[in-house]
Amino acid sequence: MDSFLKIRGLKKHFGDNRVLDGIDLDVEAASVTTIIGKSGIGKSVFLKCIANLLEPDAGSIELDGQGISKSRRRANSDEGVSFSYMFQNNALFDSLTAFENVALPLREASKLNKVEIQERVDEMLAHLELSDSAARYPGELSGGMKKRVALGRALITKPQVVLFDEPTTGLDPERKFSVFEMIADYRERFGFTALLVSHDIPEVFEISDRVAWLDEGRIKFFGKPEALSTDAQSVLSAFLSKANYGRMSSPLHGVTK
Amino acid sequence: MSVVFELGEISLFSWGALRGFFTQSSRLAKLTLGIHEIGLRCFPIIATVGLFTGLVMGLQLYYTLVKFGAESALGTAVALSLIRELGPVLTALMVVGQAGSAMASELGIQRNDEQIDALQTMSIDPLGFLVGPRLVATLICFPILTAIFDLIGIFGGYLTGSVLLNVDSGVYWNRVFETVTWADVQGGYIKALVFGLVTISICAYRGYNTHRKASFPGVRGVSESATRAVVWSSVTVLAADYLITSFLL
Repeated sequence: MDSFLKIRGLKKHFGDNRVLDGIDLDVEAASVTTIIGKSGIGKSVFLKCIANLLEPDAGSIELDGQGISKSRRRANSDEGVSFSYMFQNNALFDSLTAFENVALPLREASKLNKVEIQERVDEMLAHLELSDSAARYPGELSGGMKKRVALGRALITKPQVVLFDEPTTGLDPERKFSVFEMIADYRERFGFTALLVSHDIPEVFEISDRVAWLDEGRIKFFGKPEALSTDAQSVLSAFLSKANYGRMSSPLHGVTK
Repeated sequence: MSVVFELGEISLFSWGALRGFFTQSSRLAKLTLGIHEIGLRCFPIIATVGLFTGLVMGLQLYYTLVKFGAESALGTAVALSLIRELGPVLTALMVVGQAGSAMASELGIQRNDEQIDALQTMSIDPLGFLVGPRLVATLICFPILTAIFDLIGIFGGYLTGSVLLNVDSGVYWNRVFETVTWADVQGGYIKALVFGLVTISICAYRGYNTHRKASFPGVRGVSESATRAVVWSSVTVLAADYLITSFLL
């Protein structure tokens, strides 16, 4: 496999708690890889290590053959940023409008002029069907609209890799599906590589090219979603069975990939 | 030892924020917001407290001075007390209560809500973006607010001393202008600058580091950060006042 994002021996501990204990992962370019696992097992910590929000104790992260710090130095270039992060709770700025939230990374960390920023943000808001809400503040938006604003902000810089930390938490089933559809749709449109943490099993598998199961600080399963049902690991089977995998049919089936 | 370590951390934090501010885009717009937050929003409370402080000082000092037949020195006593000590100290305490606590809470909520992490993922320097403009605004606003406090306080002393208690107004103002020297004013401004930098740095540091410094997560952590920010800023102002006064006198 030609790996775009290559992670080797990633370790992170908090006191005596070894959250990540040597993670190896290869992610293909323009693919969606979903990380599953029990709550509190370290999925968000893993994403935050990749996004440089947490300093790993050991290990290496390479993007397109370059070490992560070198890749991030390109963050302000006109080519677009290397990584973008969509937070579980959106992390939107309450005092900024939807437009300003989406425009924030361009205004503060790019060399684009006002007209270019205006055009790019208008286009993004139109894609996200948020043009009518551009002047509204996050407090005036519905949960689904906030997710779309957060997604717009994550994609506006044309990132190579987007990290989604439980993007559907707190949403009703209908909105969950629309967020998954949105991710799949924009992946197609913008061609980014997505790394997704989600508990929405099996729905999330519909947009996933690969699934990684994180347990005891390591990736214990990595493969196509279809291979999950044939995997013999009893712990993974028990986890999936508790998550209802194999018993539900997803309304997203056939829509996305 | 931990106090020394924390002082070092706060110094680096403030330096990082000031340095970060000068790498920001739209600095003037951000500085204007900071001046609005720290300067304009604090003006009413500064003016009110300044007036009542002057009124009370006029009363207390008059009845003390009159025992020695020295009520003509009222203008001197009110003006020097305010310019040298009470003006900078009370201004700092009022700004801490009004803007410092709000800033600590806001930054604490932004930390808990991952907005600060979000800035980092967008390659925006959070210190320069969130704290830098407020620190620079503080350096501009504190001396001005202190001057306003002093002027209104001296006017308050005039109201009780001359208008209410019949000290000759010419004598009152003459004593004020005659005895207050440039060195007194300069000392007051030095204090204002130091208090401003110290208090706003402590408040911003506490809020920004809510996740590391508070004993509790979430809302309780934010409330603890805001409380500690106010308490530590206030204590530091009084301690710094003693130190600076020792050097100035």
